Amino acid sequence: MTQTTTEIFDQICELMAPFNQKSIDIKTDTTFATDLELDSLSVMDMLAAIEDHFDITVPLNILPDLETVGQVAEAVKDILDE
Amino acid sequence: MTVDLFEKFDSTLDEYNKLPEGELNPFTVSMDSVISPTEAIINGRKTILAGTNNYMGMTYNAECLQAAEDALKNFGTGTTGSRVLNGTYNGHKKLEETLKDFYEAKHAIVFSTGYQANLGVIATIAGPKDYVVIDADSHASIYDGCAMGNATVVRFAHNDPENLEKRLARIRKKDPDAGILVVIEGVYSMLGDQAPIKELATAAKNHNAYVLVDEAHSIGVFGKTGRGVAQEQGVENLVDFTVGTFSKSVGTVGGYCVSNHPKFEALRLVCRPYVFTASLPPSVVASANKALELIKDSNLRVKLLENSMKLNKGLANAGFNMGTTGESPIAAIIIDDKDTAVAYWQNMMLEGVYVNLAVPPATPNGLNLMRCSLSAAHSFEQIDYMLERFIKVGKDLGVLS
Repeated sequence: MTQTTTEIFDQICELMAPFNQKSIDIKTDTTFATDLELDSLSVMDMLAAIEDHFDITVPLNILPDLETVGQVAEAVKDILDE
Repeated sequence: MTVDLFEKFDSTLDEYNKLPEGELNPFTVSMDSVISPTEAIINGRKTILAGTNNYMGMTYNAECLQAAEDALKNFGTGTTGSRVLNGTYNGHKKLEETLKDFYEAKHAIVFSTGYQANLGVIATIAGPKDYVVIDADSHASIYDGCAMGNATVVRFAHNDPENLEKRLARIRKKDPDAGILVVIEGVYSMLGDQAPIKELATAAKNHNAYVLVDEAHSIGVFGKTGRGVAQEQGVENLVDFTVGTFSKSVGTVGGYCVSNHPKFEALRLVCRPYVFTASLPPSVVASANKALELIKDSNLRVKLLENSMKLNKGLANAGFNMGTTGESPIAAIIIDDKDTAVAYWQNMMLEGVYVNLAVPPATPNGLNLMRCSLSAAHSFEQIDYMLERFIKVGKDLGVLS
C-alpha cells in the first residue's frame, strides 16, 4: 500500500524528535539550517534514521536540495514510489 | 543589486572574529623555526610539538635528509609537469616500485597529496551507475571524492558492520548488478579508533562490493612491516584498494593507492587529480622512498605506541575525560564546551606545548578535543612535561578538580 506525503511527513516528524532540541513545532516549511539549527552532519544522521524507518536508500547526493522537512517527505515519497 | 559572493561566509567569520588576534589565535600558528621532529620555536618560545602527526619522526631522519639533498642537487627543485607529460622521473617510478614491494601488491600509483589520492580514486572508479558507501566519520577527502564523482553516495554508521550490511542489502535489492565501493579508514584520526576491517569487509564481500581502506594514520604505525591496520588485523586479502599518505609517518608530502586489480594502471589515463596536477618534487620523492624502506624494518612503532600509552595513561590517571585509550598514537581529552577548549589550547601554547584544538565539524559526535599525536621521536621526559602542563592548565581552568 502506498503512503501519502502527509502520512510520510507525520512519521518524519516523529523521527525528528531527537534532532529537534528546541522543541519547535515542525511544519512542512520548517528549515533544517535556520529553524532547527542543524549542521550538515546532524541532517545526515537524521536521514540515516529515515532510511532505517522506511527501509530505503536516501543518497547523500540529494542533500543539497533538501532545505525543509516537507522536501524530505516528498523525496521519501518519490523513493518509495520508484 | 549585486549579491556579495562572500555573504555566505558571514556566520563563519563572525565565529572566527571572536577569537583573539596574534599568538592566541589557534588557527594562525606559525613556526618561526623548527628544531627537530618534536620541537620548534613558536612566537619566540621553545615549544614541544605534540600535534603534528609526525608519528615516526622521519622529518629529520639523516638518511631521508641525505636522499632529499642528493635528489635536489641532481634533479632540481621541481618537475614543473604532470606525471603523464614531463613530470615522471626515475625517482617517481622507483617510489612506486618501493610501494609495490612494501605492500607486496601488483600496482602502485603516487599522487601529489593524500587528499588527491582519495579524491582521485573514489571520484574516478565509482561512476554514474555505481554506489560509494562510506563510514559516517570519514575524512573530508573521502566526502569530497564522493562529491566530485557521479556515483550514488550512501553513508553507514561509524564502524558498524550491521548498519553497513543493512545498507548494502537495500542497494542490492534495488540494483543487483551495480558496482559498489565501500570506503573505510584504518585508524580514525580524531579518536584513534580502528575499523573492524574483517567484519566490514566481509559485509562488503557478501554483497560483491569492493573495499578501499585509507591507512593515512596507520601506515608505519600498525602491522608487522608497518603496512597498517589491515596487516595488523591479518585481513589484507579482503582489501581491494589501499590509500595512504606520505605526510605523516613518511615525514614529507604526497599520497598513494596500491591494488592488485588487473586494470588498475588505467587510472593513470582517466584519474583527473592524477593527470591535471604537477607531480611531486624529486627531493620529496627521494625522502619518501627512503622513509618507506626504513619504516618497513623499523621498531619505531613499538616506541611510538609506548609513548602514546604513557601519555594516555597519565592523562586518564589525572582524571581527564578521555576520548582515546592509548592503543593508537592519538591522545585526546574531551572538553565540555568550545570556549574552554579554546582557552585550554591557548594556555598550553603559553606553557610551550603545541597540541591540536579539534572542534566540530572536524570531530565526531560534536566533541571538543585537545588532541595530541605522539611521535616515536618524543622522549619520556617530553611526555612527562606534556602531562605536567596538561594537569596544570586543567587545574587552572577548572577542568580538573
